Amino acid sequence: MKLTVNGTEVDIASEGDTPLLWVLRDELDLVGTKYGCGMAQCGACTVHLADQPIRSCVTPVSAAAGKAVETIEGQADGTGLTAVQRAWLETDVAQCGYCQSGQIMVATALLRENPAPTDEQIDTAMAGNVCRCGTYPRIRKAVHLAAKLIASEAVV
Amino acid sequence: MSHSPMNVGLSRRQFVQAGGALLFAAECPITFATKANAAGGGSMMNSFVRIDPNSIITMLANHSEFGNGAYTVMTMMLAEELDVDYRAIQIEAAPTSPDYYSPLFREYLTAGSVTTGSTWLPMRTAGAKARAMLIEAAAQVWGVPQAELSTEAGEVYHSLTGQRTPYGQLLESIHRLKIMPPDTVSLKDPSDFKVLGKPAKRHEGAAKVDGSAQFGIDLKLPGMLHGAIARPPVHGGRVISFDATAALKMPGVVKVKAINAGVVVLAKSYWQAQKARGELTITWDRGDNDGVSSEQFYSDYRALAEQRGMLAEDIGDAKGALAGADRVIESVYEMPLLAHATLEPLNCIAQVSEDACTIWSGTQYQSNDQEVISRFLGIPQENVTVHRPLMGGSFGRRSSKKADFTVEAVEAAMGEDVPVKIIWSREEDIRSGHYRPLFVHKMRGSLDASGMPEAWHQVAVGQSLMQGSKHDPAYMVRGIDIYSLDGCLQAPFGVFPYGTSYQIPNHRVESHNAPRVGIVPQEWRSVGHTHTGIAYECFLDELADAGEIDPLELRLRLTKDHARMNRVLRVLREKSQWDEPLGAGRGRGIAARIYSVSPIAQAVEVSVADNGDFTIDRVVCVLDCGFAVNPLGIEGQVEGGIAFGLGGAAFGNIDIVNGEVQQSNFHDYPVIRMPQMPKVEVHILPSDEPPTGVGEQATAPIAPAVANALFNATGRRVRRFPLSSQGFKLV
Repeated sequence: MKLTVNGTEVDIASEGDTPLLWVLRDELDLVGTKYGCGMAQCGACTVHLADQPIRSCVTPVSAAAGKAVETIEGQADGTGLTAVQRAWLETDVAQCGYCQSGQIMVATALLRENPAPTDEQIDTAMAGNVCRCGTYPRIRKAVHLAAKLIASEAVV
Repeated sequence: MSHSPMNVGLSRRQFVQAGGALLFAAECPITFATKANAAGGGSMMNSFVRIDPNSIITMLANHSEFGNGAYTVMTMMLAEELDVDYRAIQIEAAPTSPDYYSPLFREYLTAGSVTTGSTWLPMRTAGAKARAMLIEAAAQVWGVPQAELSTEAGEVYHSLTGQRTPYGQLLESIHRLKIMPPDTVSLKDPSDFKVLGKPAKRHEGAAKVDGSAQFGIDLKLPGMLHGAIARPPVHGGRVISFDATAALKMPGVVKVKAINAGVVVLAKSYWQAQKARGELTITWDRGDNDGVSSEQFYSDYRALAEQRGMLAEDIGDAKGALAGADRVIESVYEMPLLAHATLEPLNCIAQVSEDACTIWSGTQYQSNDQEVISRFLGIPQENVTVHRPLMGGSFGRRSSKKADFTVEAVEAAMGEDVPVKIIWSREEDIRSGHYRPLFVHKMRGSLDASGMPEAWHQVAVGQSLMQGSKHDPAYMVRGIDIYSLDGCLQAPFGVFPYGTSYQIPNHRVESHNAPRVGIVPQEWRSVGHTHTGIAYECFLDELADAGEIDPLELRLRLTKDHARMNRVLRVLREKSQWDEPLGAGRGRGIAARIYSVSPIAQAVEVSVADNGDFTIDRVVCVLDCGFAVNPLGIEGQVEGGIAFGLGGAAFGNIDIVNGEVQQSNFHDYPVIRMPQMPKVEVHILPSDEPPTGVGEQATAPIAPAVANALFNATGRRVRRFPLSSQGFKLV
């Protein structure tokens, strides 16, 4: 089975019913994607599959075969962090940081669909992502900041 | 705050006096190494600071980072005195040896929201002493008086001649000239602070946005096996027998064996281990807790609360005043078991050889893990090496006195010639965890002619956290667990040097340690306050209502002799616009707590629909945490502490029926999510007092403040938690 992960095609040895999460973590050593619940309840495992945010803990790797998978490790390219990541740093969002890969992946997908979300739209889009440290107020702030950064960079 | 120049050779007693609090009884262990440190290639200036020839500064951190901001405040303290950029300081976990034990706990432990307070002098002293040695070396090399030298940005600087040299280039001179750390050193005056007191972003923040931060669950060692444990359905149950025939045929499975915790499947990957675990057939001895239930605990505890308990405090004559009162207000408050649900599930890697053991574990309590493992394996404590990755939340769960999730990994790794990593599934975490103990508080009170509380009688019933542990009797007084009553007593008690800040003339508090069952009680962010805060602050609200006194005004009067809490309340009144009326269906509530010395109070505004659905419109939080070392970090801790306490109060409930926990994952053990998170306004009062903690403080008042606001909005008082069980649903 072949997957394209962060732009690189890889061969997968895991059985087809293995959740994509554990293929990323245990076979491909991409451990930035986190295990939190195993049943799509917390969002820590969010990656993009064909540009859509999905919960990798309930997605069998066979369902991702031949499609493009993007993980947190693929966000920053050679030129540096994405606008969302920079906004997260600037807002000092993370506490323990464990959920933040998933939060960033969801926020990134949100801003692609909706470049200027309201508080309510942010809340709705991110309601599936649990943060036990309670960084929600800063996540909201960071999403707004990221929207601004993206808009200003698009103008340039 | 104590003013510079400060003699850091003060005795413990003098520190206590100088700091005005127990938390600052700290000394700095200095073990200057006269030879280059082999590991880092640099020189140990003292126990906490290594400088290498390229001027890279490394801090040996003896406290753990689990979101608490320990790494940020500790590097800030060091950076301030050493005149370097805190962000450039590298962090290395200090070895788990007595040299690095917390000066407060005398153990290697990060807990109790005391890291900032207890490292305040040691880390600054470590920086100042290292700086003094660099200055002395430069003065000798350049032949100028030390007084003419200054430091900035990692260099020693002589302004008269313009000479400057990076710290790393002075190491050779320090060794050659045999410069030793000074006995005493002056610390900076707060008016000269460049780093401390200024908002500082998280030290390890960058690694937490690009996926590179390494948590325990992320570590991989060569040849490592992954383990998943099938745990008994009832706490304290044991394996009688198991059939692993089917599991052993599953892909990747290497071995199946029984251990104390259950049956462990070892496989090449975690998913393989977890999947094969589902194929096991196990016969369990359900053990002594087969019949226990939460409802039985409640009814047993209610009955106990009617009996005389161990007397912790008896100020005035509460019993007499209540006997003679025209009206006695009585209430019983009931708080359930709560899980911590750290987002990074518990995990540990262990490697065991004949006379040594190494673990890689996200733990708050390294020295205890060492101790428990050393006893378990029968090897010397120093032969247990603890590696400490970042932790994905902790909230008290990773400070287990039983070292449950570490010692089971050690047992699973015994007899294996490779490391073994155990990961708990979320279901194991919720069902087989250690919990905030279930508590019942019986309250009785009466009022004086003016409507103010005249007598208070409280009986607390719940499992003790400390009874029978190695912390008994340090945290017990005459059999009374001081945590069971933290926040209920007006006078200092045991090692807790503070009371409630309130003065009620007749005040009697008793407690019962509930019978021990196999449900293991565990500290949960803000510990005793998680239940005492609700009982105390909600019942105080009941008395305010009965006496027709505004609940904030009542607290102002009760704290008139406690200047710090009184100031917090006065500011809260103003910042929350407390006296401005709210519309129909809305309500306001207050709670005020002293947690580990710091006074904190919150005013909450709610809107409640007819069906009980409610939103929290606003939380205004005022706190006095002494000198605010990192205001940005404090604000985050306050928001987080509120979110954590709010989730517990709104929906947190571990319900046991026939010995089995009924909840299993986030769908039936809900936690706060983004849409439910209220707007939080944080007001940190300026203070020159030494810094105190903030990690747990904000959790303490939120639950009672919300319950009091719901009462204010609806006239309906919640006395059994969570709120969702009483028809109030946070939306």
